[in-house]
Amino acid sequence: MAALIEPPLIQTERLTLHFGGLKAVDGVDFTLRPGEIHGLIGPNGAGKTTFVSLLSGRRMAQSGTIRLAGEDITRLPAHQRVRKGIAYTFQITSIFPRLTVFDNVALAVQLQGARDLTTRTRTALARVGLQGLEEQEAQTLSYGHQRLLELAMGLALNPRLLILDEPTQGLAASEIEGFKDLVRGLIPDTTVLLIEHNMEVVMDLATRITVLTFGRVLATGTPAEVRANPAVQEAYLGA
Amino acid sequence: MKVWTLHLALLAVLFTAQFWLSPYHATNLARIMVLAVFAMGYNLAFGYTGLLSLGHALLLAAGMYAAGLPAQLWGWTAGPALIAGLAGGGLMAAALGLLALRTAGVSFMIVTLMFAQAGFLTLLYFAPITGGDDGFAVAAASRTLLGFDLSTDTPRFLAALTIFAAGLLASLVLVRSSFGRTMVAMRENEERSRMLGYNPFTVKLAALTISGLYAGAAGAAYAILFGYVGASFATIQYSILPMLYVLMGGAGTTLGPFLGALLMFVLIEAATGVTTAHQFIVGAALVVLILFAPKGLLGTLRERWVRWLP
Amino acid sequence: MAFGPFLLLALMEGLVTAAILALAAAGLSLVFGVMRVVNVAHGEFYMLGAVLAWAVTTMFPGPPALAFLAAVIIAPLVVAALAAAADGLILKRLNYDPEATIVATIGLLYILQQAALSLYGPNANPVTAPFEWRIQLPWFGYSGYKLFVVAAAGLVLLALWQFMTRTKAGLVMRATQVDRSTAQAFGINVDRVYMGTFALGAGLAALAGVLIVPIQQAQYLMGHDPLLLSFIVVIIGGLGSLRGTLIAALIIGLSDGVISMFFTPTLAKILATLLVAMVLVFRPQGLFGAKA
Repeated sequence: MAALIEPPLIQTERLTLHFGGLKAVDGVDFTLRPGEIHGLIGPNGAGKTTFVSLLSGRRMAQSGTIRLAGEDITRLPAHQRVRKGIAYTFQITSIFPRLTVFDNVALAVQLQGARDLTTRTRTALARVGLQGLEEQEAQTLSYGHQRLLELAMGLALNPRLLILDEPTQGLAASEIEGFKDLVRGLIPDTTVLLIEHNMEVVMDLATRITVLTFGRVLATGTPAEVRANPAVQEAYLGA
Repeated sequence: MKVWTLHLALLAVLFTAQFWLSPYHATNLARIMVLAVFAMGYNLAFGYTGLLSLGHALLLAAGMYAAGLPAQLWGWTAGPALIAGLAGGGLMAAALGLLALRTAGVSFMIVTLMFAQAGFLTLLYFAPITGGDDGFAVAAASRTLLGFDLSTDTPRFLAALTIFAAGLLASLVLVRSSFGRTMVAMRENEERSRMLGYNPFTVKLAALTISGLYAGAAGAAYAILFGYVGASFATIQYSILPMLYVLMGGAGTTLGPFLGALLMFVLIEAATGVTTAHQFIVGAALVVLILFAPKGLLGTLRERWVRWLP
Repeated sequence: MAFGPFLLLALMEGLVTAAILALAAAGLSLVFGVMRVVNVAHGEFYMLGAVLAWAVTTMFPGPPALAFLAAVIIAPLVVAALAAAADGLILKRLNYDPEATIVATIGLLYILQQAALSLYGPNANPVTAPFEWRIQLPWFGYSGYKLFVVAAAGLVLLALWQFMTRTKAGLVMRATQVDRSTAQAFGINVDRVYMGTFALGAGLAALAGVLIVPIQQAQYLMGHDPLLLSFIVVIIGGLGSLRGTLIAALIIGLSDGVISMFFTPTLAKILATLLVAMVLVFRPQGLFGAKA
């Protein structure tokens, strides 16, 4: 019953963004429940990244609505959505390459007040296992560490919703295990929306999955339901 | 600690300079310190926030006229005039930013250039009040502060040093603060900053306004300390100079603007014996710096050897 | 003089301004369009054209018409060679970074201006027009040379248009304008295209300087106003659009001619400068450019 009373963390209605003739996101109805790990999958060009760009405010929808815990945020600029608790980590690592690792994360931490900035920043770094690298310039980190730094910046915002765009891309197998534990540890304070190509990771982590093709929702359900769905098999998994 | 020691040591050396420099050179040093305040403001916008403006002459002139005109028309004394100059620079910068910050990169450079040009022409158009190209001298009565006559050597030097010290220490505190970090974040990766919850427009507007306060203070100080106000300070030349100082000393370093202003002055002074082609030196310095040392002296020094330099 | 003829005179003067401006602005627009470089030293190339025209005509032994013809050929070539050198020595090494090249061309502006002052001096010197011929209208006489300038500018721009649309070199330039890396992938020598473009742009400015010098004397500071006006034209016309540049040059030139007859030039300049800044802020694609 509780799940029915509590409003969805994110609810979109008929969300649409077309680029000329290309229907990148085409009338998507989507619901994200608080505390879940929601996987977003689909073939290349299905509109996954565009869809989360609409959620995070990097792009503005042409029509449709987005609600965050019942509040309409469709027209809210990106930076205000971040302050309302939607954090976005970039698909292509986007850090501050010439700043130190500490400063990168401190930029996220300092938004919640200046008190104990050093301690809180160090804690955020330790959470992803980057302790001891504080004074290094971010661009000198290995690729895997840069991905973790990106994640640390997202986490340091203490978001209600964390959007992860292909977070395991380029990570070693050992790093992926650590990553999965990290994401599980975020629940239930933080809800996670995960775009992921690595099917093993999605099927293992996600509590629910939404499949997009051609900018539309093809199916939504538990990993088992999605795996069993004939339409999904035909359009995506079976291929 | 090291950082504060370095900055305070510089200020101490500058303080003693009045005793071992000739009056002529002490006056020059006072002038350099005032111009360095202007360049420090430019550095906050360009060096730290990444706003490459070609219109800072407008902000310098705003401070200069905001201080000089009330002194001229209503006989204001130095104190109120300096405050008016500070406010004038800040307000002009905020107005400029509200419009120009809707653009970025090359467009921002051209827009700031155009607004500054319009400001310069406006000063010429109202020549009966502003004095136009000829400018006007600030009356001696307006050049007193707390009983000191700022047109005499020692008080003038000390006043310039005080303003410079205030500007330098304020910029040191600012760039080491959270807001300083935010400014640099804008320069390094604006999109990422936005996705961390910062509004790039307001951050840049605040940085430009602070930069304008510096320019305004420098313009007002120039009017009061050296007793002259003129439209020539609104020309493009005075938008290029702070850029040159900052590029030479090192963009994004607290001491770079002063070092750049000092070196440029020494360079031109030294060349005066050989040639009168000052413009050539300015031009060649710009080209050589942008080609071979875009980080400037202190920027290169910091990169190679002295990591802790702010 | 009655109002009608007075307006006609203003329009004719405006047409001359427009013609010169169109030449100079086309050069600026070309350089920005193909190379994405805002050349702040563009006005100095114009000034050098004028100063070199004076030097050539002074040294040339023959009749004024031949001397002027020599200037028309030599001055733009010399300036173009100078620009090519500046491109190779400075701009190329900056990798054509938009902001760095602005700083560098500001430096170039100072260097060229100082060179003109040191070598040529601070005085303004006249150049004899290639021919003395006046058209007698019912209300006033008008210099035939000025009409020649308008015609010559028109022909040069037409040739430029043909060059850009009909020749292989023009095609290569336009391809580079659209996408530098693709052009490179197709085997286009981008470095040479850039050098050629910068030289051509400078040559056009120099030619404008040569044409204006029998009307307006050659002086080392004369590059300032054309630079500002060219900026205005290029921005109003839409950055990098040759067609827009021509339309804007006509509008700015004609209105400059008319406005300066009726208003103080300072006020006109203030309004024009503010207008341009506002266009960049609120309509960055220019008044005639296509929507981005």
